[in-house]
Order: sequence, then structure tokens, then C-alpha cells
Amino acid sequence: MTGSKFIKTVVLLIWAALLFAPFLFQDVRSIEVAARICIFIVLVASYDLLIGYTGIVSFAHVMFFGMGAYGTAIALDHIGNGWGPLALGTLCGLVVAVALAALIGLLSLRVKAIFFAMITLAAASVMLVLAVQLSGFTGGEDGMTYRTPDLFKTATKLWTDADGKVVRIADVKLNGKLAAYYMVFAVSAVLFWLMLRMVASPVGTVLQAIRENEARAEGIGYRVVAYRTAVFCIAAAVASLAGSVYAVWLKYTGPETALSFDIMIDILLMVVIGGMGTLWGAAIGATLLVLAQYYLRDLMGVAAEAVSGVPLLPDLLNPDRWLLWLGICFILLVYFFPRGIAGTAMARRSVKG
Amino acid sequence: MSLLTLDHLKTSIGQYHVLHDVSFSVPEGGVFVLLGRNGAGKTTTLRSIMGLWQPSPGSITFRGDDITGLHTSDIARRGIAYVPENMGVFGGLTVAENMVLATHTGRFDRARLKRVYELFPALERFWDKPAWSLSGGQKQMLSVARAIIEERALILIDEPTKGLAPSIVEAMGDAFVEISDSTTILLVEQNFQFAKRLGRDMAVIDDGRIVHSGTMADFAANQALQDQVLGLSV
Repeated sequence: MTGSKFIKTVVLLIWAALLFAPFLFQDVRSIEVAARICIFIVLVASYDLLIGYTGIVSFAHVMFFGMGAYGTAIALDHIGNGWGPLALGTLCGLVVAVALAALIGLLSLRVKAIFFAMITLAAASVMLVLAVQLSGFTGGEDGMTYRTPDLFKTATKLWTDADGKVVRIADVKLNGKLAAYYMVFAVSAVLFWLMLRMVASPVGTVLQAIRENEARAEGIGYRVVAYRTAVFCIAAAVASLAGSVYAVWLKYTGPETALSFDIMIDILLMVVIGGMGTLWGAAIGATLLVLAQYYLRDLMGVAAEAVSGVPLLPDLLNPDRWLLWLGICFILLVYFFPRGIAGTAMARRSVKG
Repeated sequence: MSLLTLDHLKTSIGQYHVLHDVSFSVPEGGVFVLLGRNGAGKTTTLRSIMGLWQPSPGSITFRGDDITGLHTSDIARRGIAYVPENMGVFGGLTVAENMVLATHTGRFDRARLKRVYELFPALERFWDKPAWSLSGGQKQMLSVARAIIEERALILIDEPTKGLAPSIVEAMGDAFVEISDSTTILLVEQNFQFAKRLGRDMAVIDDGRIVHSGTMADFAANQALQDQVLGLSV
């Protein structure tokens, strides 16, 4: 099997696992992890459109994610928990994100990459401060907890039997939580598929040409600034939708979950681990990092137990040191997969033909 | 009427004045050759026409319209194709993708594609291979093929024979002769033997100035003039 086919198979397996996640892993934490993986795959893939396909380095991606999340959250919190407010909030978040992306893009994509990165960093910081300061509107530091449409309430019974009890399939209750998870899954899968279609289209080829040689792309008649701005807007739109979905899933939106720079760093790490410029890599990077964030501690706890008789090792493997081990894993990954997991595996194919 | 006219062009790159005074007219049809030694300003002239460097002062007129100061992509869309010295193929893309990029509709005109295949059979063979895997000559073919896959009024070609094997140079020359039946070519060359065979009109540039212009037949027949304006370097 070629590297490229292998990576695509792995990603399809990830999506298959996500599709059946509620039935495969029946506990509350697993379903949280699965939903988070879905959302981060989309978020990281949309960031890869920028950094991997067009060579744009932006630190504002989390800001667009936050705009979607806050748009939806504010509408649900201030207007009510119906479908109307949900649609309105999502749309508002989307429009604001795209408008701001267009503005930043047109004003600053002409400047050198480093200045553009700084401008996006400044914009994202301003948005974070605004979200914290405008507490009457956004809930400030504490964020907002709100109700989502009734369909997504855990108490909602999607299907009841003769006694009025909720039906179970393979021991999984068909309730609102399941509906919410499949909403997250469906939206994420559709967005990911649309992005794959986009990069496989002629537009995707133009983007790769721009990344490779800007002047040549201009020379054969492509307006580089227009293309870059368009991609920046598309990535912002996708990030904003991912944010809206996350807001509905969590039923909570605050600076920590929607705007913090920790999220931005996670996105960057996922893109680097997965491999830039493939989109498939985004799925792998997001899955690995989210799994590590949730399960590395547990794994280390088990490992520490197992070596409890040996001197020193239990201390080293103490679950409290999970971040140290995560860091070591990153260093090893970057060392052995300099172009990311998908990037390195797919490059192997093109060398051997 | 001439297709392209450069009028007292002066181009500076940073603090260096590269073109001091460049004026010439490229008539419609055939091959116009711009000769000159290394560093004379040949490439800068082509880049100025494409809008990659901005001349000031001076003007560039194409099909009667002033195109000075226009954006590179707009100049390309007006029907000028540029085959740069370093070929400028997109190595990460396949030959097919490189070619698709050069069509603005994303579709190939069958007749034109067939003509490209006839001119450069190697491209058909390597159609789905990444462009980085091509040889230097094949990259040059791809670069030229990209320029002719759509109807263009003028093709600027920068030293296409540099570093190529003599047999490929020969084939390239044949291709240019055929292309110039329907499209005007502005060819920049140092290789006088190659230029002599193709050119109908010509100009010589030296130190950022046009030092001679006329027909190739007259120039080729006048050894004294050749020695005077080309020196020993060609």
C-alpha cells in the first residue's frame, strides 16, 4: 500500500470510529472526546487551507472559531433556545467572521507574511479582551451557560417503546445527547468533505501554485491577493461554523473554550503533527492530540502501577508529569516525521513513484 | 501597426538603474529577438513588460493600450504569456495541473492540446507525473506549452536554450518557428546562432540601452556591425 493510500485509509477509519463512537465507547467522557475530535478535525483542516495550501500564517483562526461560538451562544442565551435563535446566531457569527476576514485580508495580505501574522495576532487579542470586558453581553470571564433546542436535551426521548421508556439500541439510549452528537458528527463530516472537494478542484490547484511560486501564478494571470483573501474568508467561515457547533454541543461558551490562545496553540500543534498541506493530516493530528490530552494521564497511571516495584520509574511515569511526556512525544514526532505524519508518509509515495 | 511598443523605458531595481533608455517596437507576427550580453537588461525588459518591475518613467503600449503600471495578472489576461528563464513550472503539481492552470476556463481546447502534444510528445508521456521529475528540457517544453495552450497575442520567452542539450535546442527552435505562425514571439537570447535562425526583426541591448535595431537579415549579413554591438561575448 502506498503512503498516500495508507493515510487516507487511516483517516477513513477515524471517521468510521467517530460514526460509531457512541456505540463503541459507552461512557460520558468518550463521547466528549469524540465530539471534540470531530470539531477539531474541521477546525484544523480549515487552518490547513491557510497555512498548508496557501502559505498564510494566521493567529486569528481561534478568533473566527470564537465568533461562531459566541454568535450562537449569545443568541441562545439572550433570545431563547429555539431553532430560530440558533440559526440567527450561527448566521451572525458567520457573517461577522467572514466580513472581518475579508477586511483583514484585503488590508494586509499584501504585506509580508510576518507582518500579516502579527496583525492577526493583534486582532485575536483584541477580540479576547472584548469578550472578557463586554460581560453584560458575553458573560465575561465566566462565559455563558444556556439551553439549546429541546432536541439536544439529554432528557429528550427520540424514540419510546410501548411503556413510554426510551428505546435502547445495543444498550445505548436514543436520547437528545445522541442527537446532539450526531449533529456534531454530520456537520463536521460535511464540512471536511467540502474542504476535500475544494482542494481537489481547479481552485485547489491554483492555491498550490500560489504557495509554490507567487510571481509565476501572477504571471499566468491569477490575482494572488484575491485568491488569498478568498481562502482566508472560506477558512474563517468554516472555523466559525465549527465554533457554532461546539457552542451547541457544550451548552457553554466562554473565553477558555472559544477564544483562548491555548486553542490556537493546539491547532498549530495538530497541523504540524498531522502534516501541512494534505487536509488528511489535519484529521490525524487532531485525533492524536485530543486523545493524548484526554488519555495520556490515564495511560501513565496504568504504566506507573505496572512498574511500581522498580525504583525511579513510577516517579517518572507519575500521571502528574503527563505534560512532560506529551512534550517528549512532540519532539520525537517532529524528529522522525519532519513534515508531519501524513506529509512524511505521502512524500514517500512520490519518491518511489 | 506594431503589437508592442516600449517608449523610453527606464527601470530601477532598488537603487540600481538597470534600464536607462529602452525603446523598440515589436511588429505583429513572427519572432522578434532581443540580443544582449549577460547583465545588459534583457530579463529586466521582459519583467518590466509583465509588470513585475515598474518602469518609471517610460510607457509600454500593447495593442494600442497603455499597459504601464497594470497589475501582472491583468497584463497576463490581456494576452501576454511569459516563459521565464528559470522556466517557472510548479514542481509540486503534475504536468496536467500545470497546464490546467494556464487555461482560464479550467478546460482544454482539444485542437490546441493536440498541437501541444505534437510539438512536445514528452509532455503527453509524462502527463500525470509531477513536474519536478521532468528533465530540464522537458520543463522548458512544459513552460512553453503552458504559454500556447490558450490563444495569446504575444509570448515573451527568456533564454530558452540556456543549459539545454543541442538536440533539444534544435527541437525547441522548430517549435518556435511553428508557434510564430500564429503568435508573435519576443525572444531574449544570448545564443546568436539560434536567434539568427528564428528572428525576423531584432534589437540589441547593452547596459540598459538599445544600441541597434533592425531586421535580422541585415544584421546577420553585417559582420562589422555584429562585432561592434555584440562584441566578443556572443
